Amino acid sequence: MGKKIMIVDPEKCTGCRNCELVCSVKHNGVSNPSVARIHVVKWDNPSMYIPMRCQHCEDAPCMAVCPKEAIYRNEELGSVSINHDLCIGCKMCVSACPFGAMGWNPKRGRIFKCDLCHGEPQCVRFCDTKAVDYVESSKVDSDRMREAAVNYAELTRRYVR
Amino acid sequence: MALNRKIAFIDLTTETISLEPIPMEWRRKFVGGRGLDAYLLYTNTPGGCDPLGPDNVIVISAGLLGGTLASSASRTHIAAKSPLTNLFGSASMGGFFAPEMRWAGIDHFVIRGKASRPVYIFAHDGEIEIKEADHIWGTGVYNAQAIICKELGDEETQSLCIGPAGENLVRYASVITGRKDAGARTGMGAVLGSKNLKAVACRGTMEIEIYKPEEALEYNKQAIDQVISSKASQSMQRWGTNFMFGITNTTGLVRTRNFQYNQLPKSEDLEAENLEQYSIGMDACFGCQVHCRHRYLIKDGEYAGTYAVGPDYTSQGAFGAEVGCRSMNTVLVGNYLVNDYGIDTLETGSMIAWAMELYEKGIITDKETHGLKLEWGSDTAVTEMIKQIAFRKGLGDTLAEGPLRAARRLGPESMKYLVQVKGMSNLNTDERAAPALALSVAVSSRGSDHLRGIPAIDLYNLPMDVLDRIYRHPGGYDGPLANSFSEYEGKPRMVMWQELCYMAVESLGVCKYHTVFLSPNHPAFTEFSRLIELNTGLEFSEMDLWDCANRSYTIERLFNLREGMTRADDWLSDRYFDEPTQLGLPGVRGKRIDRQKFNGMLDEYYRLHEWDEAGIPTPQLLKKLDISDLWPSRQI
Repeated sequence: MGKKIMIVDPEKCTGCRNCELVCSVKHNGVSNPSVARIHVVKWDNPSMYIPMRCQHCEDAPCMAVCPKEAIYRNEELGSVSINHDLCIGCKMCVSACPFGAMGWNPKRGRIFKCDLCHGEPQCVRFCDTKAVDYVESSKVDSDRMREAAVNYAELTRRYVR
Repeated sequence: MALNRKIAFIDLTTETISLEPIPMEWRRKFVGGRGLDAYLLYTNTPGGCDPLGPDNVIVISAGLLGGTLASSASRTHIAAKSPLTNLFGSASMGGFFAPEMRWAGIDHFVIRGKASRPVYIFAHDGEIEIKEADHIWGTGVYNAQAIICKELGDEETQSLCIGPAGENLVRYASVITGRKDAGARTGMGAVLGSKNLKAVACRGTMEIEIYKPEEALEYNKQAIDQVISSKASQSMQRWGTNFMFGITNTTGLVRTRNFQYNQLPKSEDLEAENLEQYSIGMDACFGCQVHCRHRYLIKDGEYAGTYAVGPDYTSQGAFGAEVGCRSMNTVLVGNYLVNDYGIDTLETGSMIAWAMELYEKGIITDKETHGLKLEWGSDTAVTEMIKQIAFRKGLGDTLAEGPLRAARRLGPESMKYLVQVKGMSNLNTDERAAPALALSVAVSSRGSDHLRGIPAIDLYNLPMDVLDRIYRHPGGYDGPLANSFSEYEGKPRMVMWQELCYMAVESLGVCKYHTVFLSPNHPAFTEFSRLIELNTGLEFSEMDLWDCANRSYTIERLFNLREGMTRADDWLSDRYFDEPTQLGLPGVRGKRIDRQKFNGMLDEYYRLHEWDEAGIPTPQLLKKLDISDLWPSRQI
């Protein structure tokens, strides 16, 4: 059993943005996507919906660029986390993040990012289609492999025999 | 917090804008959304005003729970005096406009006057601007939205637009947000068009404070689970609202060839399962886990490869059964066109179906159609007529006037084939076998419509204890109820209850699929009360909500009475009473509505509403609801 990781499946996303809503309420007590740590990026034509949030990178640019070592790896969850006591609010991490996943909340004067809700991500809990999911890392591969194998089997039956 | 949102009063003639807070007294009396819209429209329009003149007022709103944790708090409501019916105009749409409006700080827009040239309104973080729209005028709604996003430099901008049909004052033009979310009934798009108002755009980052965030999250999860555990929701999650077509068509509840039949045989291509080959995924409104529509690509013909969203159940009827077409591709093309042009899918399909019957009967000929063969099942005739209506070309110019005005142009004989109430066409359902449904259509406050008070679960033959649980609360009711859909007795209460339930849910800005509409087990007054408290801190008992809904529904009634409506307008077309159904299952075959019994239902319905025999709210009711001042001649 490996650690759990967050994965995204754009094919399952219906674009409802419930993840943004529950994230902003969970962390800020308010409905306001501009302070949510997840965001559904949408293209209208042809349509594509992709939920974007912190990837919890192994070699995290935000962590590398932080002058105060305020960003660290939470070994238990495997997540990239913030120590607000050390953070000086320089926003270098906001600039450095290649995914735009590090946010700045002007009202609180704080950076913010996905903290995996301490192991129970609310975006995952509320996403009925599981377009965002939080699963054992070993299971990600096997699930995808199984899905691909079903398609392969189907095609084989249809065209090869 | 959720209660600090404003009402934006905008006069397009003088270009003046003022932002006013919403008095707590109004919240207590009208809640918000459609409920408060009814009051705002009634008090801001002079009786008898020209619906397409500067005195008419457009009210656009998000509900009290818009953007909060309420399962699907996505709905935008729009109201104005209707250019189609000359009565209360009202339409509701999903999508993302309502939450964005609230994040921009606004709960209601009240728009009057007429701009001297095309404009659009832009609200952002408590600021409102009136911007030029010359360069957008003439575009379809998809392009219009894309242009607005681009010029404002923000892809997250949500806008609500009219298309060519609204600009051309088609009397059933819609307003559209996103790809398919349409405020389509009663011609609200034409009212925007008459004011030179192309769009209203919103973008906001203002927070809506949740009163008890942790509890609201947990309760929201519970409400979502309650909704998505029903068979109706699970069917919609997979097939969209289209899943109903197979059931209603097999039963014999689908209006076919205008109103000649109640079922379209050999309609396999129109079945929901067939949509899967066009679908590239499902699509949802804000916060909704039901995601009741497809994102699809058209496969064949002129529009092959075109992307659109939908189609809903009503489009299957409008461009399928009603006009005798058996092609899903045609339904998909029709749905795409009416949304891009900004016209009501129901009214458009019904007008074309009526014209086809007139053509069949020889009441209109190639002369009126300019050679177009308006034959049943002609896919090309359907798409051609949609275009002619939107652009007011040829026969389309007449049909764009709506049923009654068009019939006046085409002669008295044409009137016999119209299926309408209060000047608005019925949708694609045939209610001759189901008196409760027929009553809901006849008495609806916005003209013939299913979404005002339909007790859809009446068709399920539910156990009586389920009906008792739902329809006897709140407020108490000890009269009859009946669980067979063929009955007349016990149905008026069900219609009235649904009217007030839908009013409540639309005052909250929540979707009807999240209340007792297609499932008896979805949230209703009890759950609404809890959702309001956890999200806003306001305490409304179930009975308070019932009274608020009653108050607002009564104001919609008063609006209609002020415009000259009478009891005779709460009535169906003669065909309901004179022509029995010919197809379908035994329980619906050979059925028609009995005039005398229907009249009895209407009496009972009025009595339950505390309206007099003429359908006018009694002074006692107005006093009880504390709105006597709105109807001075009736004061005690």
